[in-house]
Amino acid sequence: MKTELESMVARPAGAVSSIADERIVLAHGGGGELTAGLVRAHVLPQLANEALSALGDGAVLDWPSGSLVLTTDSYVVTPLEFAGGDIGRLAVCGTVNDLAVMGAQPVALSLGLILEEGLPLEVLDRIVSSIATAADEAGVRVVTGDTKVIERRAAAPTSNGDERGTAREGMFINTAGVGRLRGDARLEIERIEPGDAVIVSGTLADHGLAIMSMRNGLEFDTPLRSDVAPLNGLIGRLLESGADVRFMRDATRGGLAGVLADVSERRGVSIEIDESAIPILPAARHAAEMLGLDLLSTANEGKVVAIVAARDARRALAALRGHTLGTRAAVIGRITDAQPPLVELLTRIAGRRIVQRPYGEDLPRIC
Amino acid sequence: MTACVPPSFAAMRSELEARCARIGRRVQVMEVCGTHTVSFFRSGLRSMLPANLRLVSGPGCPVCVTAQRHIDAAIRLAMEERVIIATYGDMLRVPGRMGSLERRRAAGARIFVINSARRALELAREHANETVVFLAVGFETTAPATAATILEAEREGIENFAVLMCHKLVVPAMCALLDDGPKDAARADSDHTAGSAAGAALDGFLCPGHVSVIIGSQAYRPIVEVHGKPCVVAGFEPMQMLAGLVHLARQIEEGAARLENVYEGVVSPDGNAVALELMRRVFVEADVAWRALGVIPQSGLELSPRYRRFDAMRRFGIVEGDDEDDPACRCGEVIQGKVEPAQCPLFAGRCTPLTPIGPCMVSSEGTCAAWYRYGRAMKEAAR
Repeated sequence: MKTELESMVARPAGAVSSIADERIVLAHGGGGELTAGLVRAHVLPQLANEALSALGDGAVLDWPSGSLVLTTDSYVVTPLEFAGGDIGRLAVCGTVNDLAVMGAQPVALSLGLILEEGLPLEVLDRIVSSIATAADEAGVRVVTGDTKVIERRAAAPTSNGDERGTAREGMFINTAGVGRLRGDARLEIERIEPGDAVIVSGTLADHGLAIMSMRNGLEFDTPLRSDVAPLNGLIGRLLESGADVRFMRDATRGGLAGVLADVSERRGVSIEIDESAIPILPAARHAAEMLGLDLLSTANEGKVVAIVAARDARRALAALRGHTLGTRAAVIGRITDAQPPLVELLTRIAGRRIVQRPYGEDLPRIC
Repeated sequence: MTACVPPSFAAMRSELEARCARIGRRVQVMEVCGTHTVSFFRSGLRSMLPANLRLVSGPGCPVCVTAQRHIDAAIRLAMEERVIIATYGDMLRVPGRMGSLERRRAAGARIFVINSARRALELAREHANETVVFLAVGFETTAPATAATILEAEREGIENFAVLMCHKLVVPAMCALLDDGPKDAARADSDHTAGSAAGAALDGFLCPGHVSVIIGSQAYRPIVEVHGKPCVVAGFEPMQMLAGLVHLARQIEEGAARLENVYEGVVSPDGNAVALELMRRVFVEADVAWRALGVIPQSGLELSPRYRRFDAMRRFGIVEGDDEDDPACRCGEVIQGKVEPAQCPLFAGRCTPLTPIGPCMVSSEGTCAAWYRYGRAMKEAAR
């Protein structure tokens, strides 16, 4: 054991190519030399910036006047790596997107890593590298962080009822983010009025179905990929277009159904959406059918739902479509004053049904 | 807003509308399968049917028809030392007399959610010092996979593997409903004081596509020949479901009872020979208990003598108990089509998907869950 520990401490920064068999041990979280070595060798090289490299207890950021937006989120996805992304990319994009839909320009993130004993260092390296890439895309810096190690959990089902993915050892990430509230954003749910247009920025359900398909060992002709992406660039375009955006939300857990149910309930308005207008990839439709899942309540990690004044719908759509992440943006419905407040779907065959907030996580059906 | 409506869809809709109008009374069709129940809601087709056509959900949701005594047995097994339970996800939250598997798991029981019988056997290989008990639930759709797994366990000498047999057969349950209920929907309607018995009078069956792939369309012959009820096998796309209803309406209007198949590309008359042979090798038909329907003769499967050592009840000496369902819960009548979910006093009150009391509220394919999730009725009452 000792030699293994020593070899890890001794390894200089950057020597990441020969670590295939090396794994996280409990002592990596002890706060001593081994922890410092881990951070120096496996975290800093990829994320380095002035604030982080100082390795202080916190980061000092210059802050111009104006409002600051703060958010935090924790990431516990299995499998850690999936088609289209991994937990690292998710941890950056999820927090960046929460800031962006609040109308903030993301500035800096904190990064809390909770590693499980036994996690291969090469997996950690890949995930930290992915964090670096996503942070670059989003134009944010990781300015402070923390690393802890927990004992290896017994092979057991996760809380959401699924078996663990292929990697038996896991990691969790918490990120907090701060951003500057943009001057051009006036996002208040109270400003939503009957007649407003409901817009989504692209195809729905890709992330949730990519993950569920992997967990269920399903393979499809066109492999589904998670849509995980930072939305601050896309949302910046939308706000700069001058369209009167009343409200935004990223459609993560709970999907479109969750977002619209919230809006309907909190604002006391009804929402009518048109199934044939909702962008869905054929592979996603197929996967949802196989798994018995509802596309509307399946998670996304790179899609925004925007409620926009009707007169500005076209302008908003043009702005979104002009960005690579918004090419399939579409107006999918509108706010109405029907009471009691409900979300109603006009189906492809011109039938109607109610859309409700999902209750907990959907499980694939038996047959 | 516009929706994409294929012309033949509109034509079929008008035909269904016209035929139901000519029949001139309430027409009751049972969709046997939970996937049909959900597809009718999800596609919106349910909202487009003629006013006098009533869809009645049948006993085709595997979780919903599992008797409480089997849930209790599963929980007893979960409490055994060195036992791992391997189950499909839907079963986790069904309440038994001693709570649900989900609660047992939170209390430390080793319960794994899996998506195939084969995965249960893999778990047995991975945990050689424990016994993996697979909860074998479902109709003919999942039973062949259970059979194949047991053969594999035998071939490889994997002895730390057992199954709790809950497999059921679709056609005997359909026959039992007909034996039990009023025979003539037209008469039941004419003298209907809307008693609960009248609710079960059926004009025909929309037969489940998935199960029929295995058992073949000919399996429904007894329904047509003995009970004189039209049967149409249909898939799960709105077009196919609508076509199924049109074919049923034609027969009902003519007073005919034929076996028809509008899912021909997928369902053959004789079914899947390989799957049927697997079942014949490993299982024998048995009288089994259904939720609220009681014991139905020859309606389920148990292990044939050669494979009986894989039976978890025997191996752990667990005796099948009784059912003690919540007296207010009407799941039993719901799966027989005698009442609609909203007629249950617990529906959407004490019993919701978050706090299910009956199994019909647990499974995503359960009738009550579908009504709760997609139903206009209760929401629109308020509008």
